[in-house]
Amino acid sequence: MTAVRWDEKVMKDVYIEALLALAEEDSRIVVLNADLMNSDGTVKFAEAFPHRAVNVGVQEANMVGMAAGLAAVGKIPLAHTFACFHARRALDQAYMSGAYAGLPIKLVGTDPGITAAYNGGTHMPLEDVGVFRGIPDMLVVEVVDTVSMQSLLPQVVRSPQPAYLRISRKETETVYERGQDLNLGKGVVLRPGSDVTIAAAGLMTAESLRAADILAGRGISARVVHFHTVKPLDRELLADCARTTGAVVTAENHNINNGLGSAVAEVLGEECPVPLHRIGVQDRFGEVGSVEYLQKTFGMTAADVAAAAQTLYENL
Amino acid sequence: MQATDKREQLERFASAIRIETMAALGQLGFGHIGGCMSIVELLAVLYGGVMRYRPEDPGWPDRDWLVLSKGHAGPALYAALAVKGFFPLEELKTINQGGTRLPSHADRQRTPGVDISTGSLGQGFSSGLGAALGHRIDGRSNRVFIILGDGECQEGQIWEGALWGGNAALDNLVVFVDYNRQQLDGYVMDISPMEPFARKWESFGWHVQQVDGHDVIAVDRAIEEALDASGRSSVILLDTKKGYGCSLAEGKTMNHHMRFSKEEMDQAIHDWKIRCGEVAP
Repeated sequence: MTAVRWDEKVMKDVYIEALLALAEEDSRIVVLNADLMNSDGTVKFAEAFPHRAVNVGVQEANMVGMAAGLAAVGKIPLAHTFACFHARRALDQAYMSGAYAGLPIKLVGTDPGITAAYNGGTHMPLEDVGVFRGIPDMLVVEVVDTVSMQSLLPQVVRSPQPAYLRISRKETETVYERGQDLNLGKGVVLRPGSDVTIAAAGLMTAESLRAADILAGRGISARVVHFHTVKPLDRELLADCARTTGAVVTAENHNINNGLGSAVAEVLGEECPVPLHRIGVQDRFGEVGSVEYLQKTFGMTAADVAAAAQTLYENL
Repeated sequence: MQATDKREQLERFASAIRIETMAALGQLGFGHIGGCMSIVELLAVLYGGVMRYRPEDPGWPDRDWLVLSKGHAGPALYAALAVKGFFPLEELKTINQGGTRLPSHADRQRTPGVDISTGSLGQGFSSGLGAALGHRIDGRSNRVFIILGDGECQEGQIWEGALWGGNAALDNLVVFVDYNRQQLDGYVMDISPMEPFARKWESFGWHVQQVDGHDVIAVDRAIEEALDASGRSSVILLDTKKGYGCSLAEGKTMNHHMRFSKEEMDQAIHDWKIRCGEVAP
């Protein structure tokens, strides 16, 4: 059975606690924000470290450019805004001022995919992972719960590479045991299985574990693997899963184009071609509604994952 | 130093930057000649006395930072750096050649003496603001000098930065606008005029000066005043001519990026030498 449960803490509160702890140890850490400090909780950082926090106002391009300049003088800047604005409003700055210039800026994008819910389609980032995955040197990480955030945030912050961290601000379902350590760039087998692999990220990780329960009831043994690091993807683990189970379903809170599903397809094509089905938003724009409504609308429920896995398995 | 001596020294340095830039681009056969020529005097003033740097140790922690936000003027910056000994003058011949340390646009990962990568317009401004903020957070004495183009100031990012930078009162920062009145497609006033330019910056809270950008002493004095203007971020609008001092570019309408033969450029260099009195007419 799965160990999925709602976390007793809200992600943004745990994020700030973790960031404050890091900032106590490392005076290089600077926080930038574009008028969302009260939304993502970084206002607490500004209270604790007023000289190391900058609210630039509603100007994402200048914020990311300033982050690059701060990195150039040796700071570790974390620039915060909604994921959609990082990907769409300040991409050239992340690319040229940051990554191209070899500067380890850290972009923290909140409200990934359909968790943008009531802000609606305008604010729904379904392209961000794809956008940042296309930039050389850029780490692309999506934390799934507070445990993975606590484990991965220090690694992202201390990495010499520029990074895009995709993170929910809200309540999350926990798939890890408290205190569990994860390694940047390494996938995690959350549930063993031999008939089909479900490669999951973000919100869809818990759905995938539930899908594995459904599949077990139908006599299908599904392996659930969490890929918190979409770039660099854990090629070795993925290829091994493909070889040993013979089929892969990807499940992501993103357009199926250019995100985890595409990254998995690329690796499978080169390393171990097997039948593949991509669960996620099927190349559509987002829209307004509850997360539950959007999951149903876009075909992103446990039942959808299970159905895709079952079809693949039965056609092997 | 007497003002006349200083003028002579800075003008001699400017002439060397101009000639080396023209020679390098002349050999290449094309380049951003117009916007290189218009900042030559500024580069001479900055590297000829204002800025603190060590050519033999480009990463010296106490150095001042130059951000060439109009990154396409890289060749002029490279000429200034080469004349000052950051790398051999001979290396200017490699501009834009595969594997060079001197690409068309300024690149911090390739060129000794370049601290910020630029090229996509508007971005060097924000990076420079970030660098100045970082130095201020650490209580360091490093100063940051940023060179913007006037066409570049049509970018929205510039006015984001102007808003933030004007409010941030960065004493360790001086911004220059190379106000040469021309951009790639023609004259700024015909495309998207910037006037009232000085008043725009003033309304964003900046200490503003406007001086002749080809008068080395005027530029030098303006920088001194800008650095003295404590409690405010400073900008200096430099009235310049695009292509200044290069006879094949100056006064031409389309002189942002030009093609030319080595012989044409050699003639332009000769014309400049006559104009500045280095050789007899």
